Amino acid sequence: MFPELSDDEQGSESTVAKSQLQAGVTLAKRYLIQEVVGLGGMGSVYRARDMHFPNVTKLVAVKEMINSAPDPLVRQTIVQNFEREANLLATLHHPSIPKIYDYFTLESRSYLVLEFIHGKDMEAVINETNGFLSEDQVIAWAIELCDVLDYLHNHKPDPIIFRDMKPSNVMINSRGEVVLVDFGIAKAFQSGIKGTMIGTEGYSPPEQYRGEATPAADIYSLGATLHHALTRRDPRLEPPFSFAERPIRRINPAVSPELEAIVNRALEYDPANRFKSAAEMKDALTAVARKTGLLGRLKTIASPVKSEGIKPLWKFKCEDEVRGTPAIHQGTVYIGSYDNNLYALDAADGKFQWKYPTDGGIVSRPLIVEGNVIFGSEDKRLHVVSARSGKVVWTYFTDGPIRSSPTIAEGHIFFGSDDHYLHAVNINTGRMAWRFESADAIRSTPFVMTDMVYFGVESGDYYAVNFRGEMKWRFRSKRAVTSSTVGTGQALYFTSVDATLYALDPRNGWVIWRFRLGKSSISTPCLADDLIIVGAADGFIYAVEARNAKEAWRFRTEHQVNGSPVLYKDSIYCGSVDGSLYCLEYRTGRLRWKFGTEGAITGTPLVYDDVVYFGSTDHYVYALLA
Amino acid sequence: MEKLFRWLFGKHPPSAEKATDVASTAPLTEEQLKAIVSNQNPQYDLPQLVAAAGQSVGKQRELNEDSLLAITATMAGNSGNLPFGLYVVADGMGGHQFGEVASNAAIRTVAGYILKKFSPYLFQIKTNPMEESFQEIMAAAVNEAQRIIQREAPGSGTTLTAALVIGQQVTIAHVGDSRAYFIYPDGRIEAVTRDHSLVQRLQELGHITAEEAENYPHRNVLYKALGQGDVLEPEIFTLAFPQLGTLLICSDGLWGVIGEQEIIRAINESPNLQRACQTLVTAANAAGGPDNISVVLAQLIG
Repeated sequence: MFPELSDDEQGSESTVAKSQLQAGVTLAKRYLIQEVVGLGGMGSVYRARDMHFPNVTKLVAVKEMINSAPDPLVRQTIVQNFEREANLLATLHHPSIPKIYDYFTLESRSYLVLEFIHGKDMEAVINETNGFLSEDQVIAWAIELCDVLDYLHNHKPDPIIFRDMKPSNVMINSRGEVVLVDFGIAKAFQSGIKGTMIGTEGYSPPEQYRGEATPAADIYSLGATLHHALTRRDPRLEPPFSFAERPIRRINPAVSPELEAIVNRALEYDPANRFKSAAEMKDALTAVARKTGLLGRLKTIASPVKSEGIKPLWKFKCEDEVRGTPAIHQGTVYIGSYDNNLYALDAADGKFQWKYPTDGGIVSRPLIVEGNVIFGSEDKRLHVVSARSGKVVWTYFTDGPIRSSPTIAEGHIFFGSDDHYLHAVNINTGRMAWRFESADAIRSTPFVMTDMVYFGVESGDYYAVNFRGEMKWRFRSKRAVTSSTVGTGQALYFTSVDATLYALDPRNGWVIWRFRLGKSSISTPCLADDLIIVGAADGFIYAVEARNAKEAWRFRTEHQVNGSPVLYKDSIYCGSVDGSLYCLEYRTGRLRWKFGTEGAITGTPLVYDDVVYFGSTDHYVYALLA
Repeated sequence: MEKLFRWLFGKHPPSAEKATDVASTAPLTEEQLKAIVSNQNPQYDLPQLVAAAGQSVGKQRELNEDSLLAITATMAGNSGNLPFGLYVVADGMGGHQFGEVASNAAIRTVAGYILKKFSPYLFQIKTNPMEESFQEIMAAAVNEAQRIIQREAPGSGTTLTAALVIGQQVTIAHVGDSRAYFIYPDGRIEAVTRDHSLVQRLQELGHITAEEAENYPHRNVLYKALGQGDVLEPEIFTLAFPQLGTLLICSDGLWGVIGEQEIIRAINESPNLQRACQTLVTAANAAGGPDNISVVLAQLIG
């Protein structure tokens, strides 16, 4: 979802800002507020300087709790919880527990002054890491966390149950060590009251719903934290107790089976089946660290993915880059090249059949209708040639290069041109039926559905035009819409250079959802059951759920993904500017195989009869077994 | 239109003797229904949204902690008049202080936020399409409600099931165990939300059976509620409004008390939506009325 703020939201932001302490304010004549470093449910956390040490810069963390509850009883409970946290912290001494310096209450706000931890919380570390955290790193943190849990659980006279182990409560300091923060929770569980009650979220074990807080509960939450760190799947966004449905090694195959087994044991549904103590879990982790050699271990070789050794069925060399998309008809593959020719090749062996020269590069996908091949060229013309002989049937002139691929509906060919027009040309006569003037060059392929033509243009405008060439509605994205559209009766899907995947209502152009991509995109989405799959210039191939715009998976290639993915059986085929064609399992995004070429792949592959056909800027057209 | 529905389908899930009468008649397919309705109703070429609501405190509670809102309008626009509807049910947490404050704040904040966003399109002359998506507006409205509840009544919580209808798209935001259903004239019922309740989850995991679930001691424990937790991830999704069907949103005071068959019958046999709401509320009270009851029904006709 978009972080951008409308006017109204900015309004409410500023009321939050007003209630926050501003930099430069001194609290209790001692703590000079420098900046907000965190936001909690009940107030902010600030970095402040302790002015009792005027000659050195001593930084402290000031945790604020704003007590705005109107009910006096609720207010009192909140203050008691706060003081409980302060008193608890004062009795604890462990390298992974922050030192407490002070606490005080000013009017409706209470403050805790704590050791300032230079670092980031684990949730931020997980989110900011590209790909997965290394197993060694996670094991090292896990051992430290077991150590501090062991300390808390053996506290005298009563064991302390942390109750709120989760990545955002674990700070990683500048030396890479973990520090537990936020001891304030110890949520009281109200039971026995009739009505709807609330449990807790994400990292909590099943028994917490029954009000039981035991060391085994902390072990479960630690398991949940490690699962999140290893898989990048936030359990708060998943149904509770669903870790078993997301096996670690299926998401992140780099994790060792031994570590996976430890995390699974910590996450056992029945507390009796988990580790008996944090110490026991620590021992198990240490054993794995020793075995896999935290001290410089050999990288495992066995990647199950074959990236070498795939032999193409055939390849065919053109005289220049192949950026277009192929089409197939009766055993012949048709594809355009930057050498200005359209080639007809035998689909079985790649044997040259004929070529048809134009006066410009061909980047579009040919359309085959009634024995004719129809395609646009950068020579500004739409060419119609015989599929069998390659002889010209007719041509149609526009006033700009044609990069949009033709679409046929109701006896008319629809295509766009850099001359800003959407052209509707009668297939039999080769004459214009009408043309529709848009705001800019049209490079996308028109999408036709229920008597309407949908297309985006380089200005960022997106049009819905009926079969008489009248505009029904218009939508505006922030940057060019070069991507073509795919759609269902329920929604139209396309991407924009403004780095967004859009879902619009086809009837009126209202936005159903937007999905933020890492960078711009000109890739056309592909529908795969309830997933929308599309590439972007950040190198990722994304799979997004159609009903709620949730990311199902993403796959990283080594360079921009400008071409479009296609679905064939249960695989997605997609090229990347890194030169490889990728074959991914469409439900999980897992790599099945990849095939490297010597140039960028910017077109869309064609898969037909278990063979993948595609071109590369290395001048070759390839055919591989799907 | 409702009369036509009654005439067409009202006799479908009838008493036993009637069932034998129509035994030789196969139920109509959706296509057939569509064909009949469109043939006999050419005057409904523009879709019309109609809705009704009903509430009761129930027979065993003193307080009503449910809140409800139903707004139906038509957006005049260049590409035709668009049906606009906003239907929300919120059920405040009984075990917490301010259950009714939370459900009330949830409704007001969510509805206030959404109506403010759509205000230019409903009440002012404006032609630019909205930039934000339905789902983003819903998410922002729910987050705003989360913030307000945490500020106004910390510790309290509420369920929230909200449906925003624009044209033929219905965007639903859902937290907790109030429910949205699609009910079709041929007697099918489809739950479109999934309860965020412990008992539901344990059942999904196979740890308890449906029978055990009926008597589970922590039946009412939710794992997600508005006002609770630091990260609230409401379920937000968009579906096509059920063709010829009815959208039902209700609190557990309805669905936890009367069965699906009774719900279907009440809707498909009532002459209009108001009467259907009345029938549903009465049925829940007749079955003991253990909890507050809230019901909203909406249909898109034409």
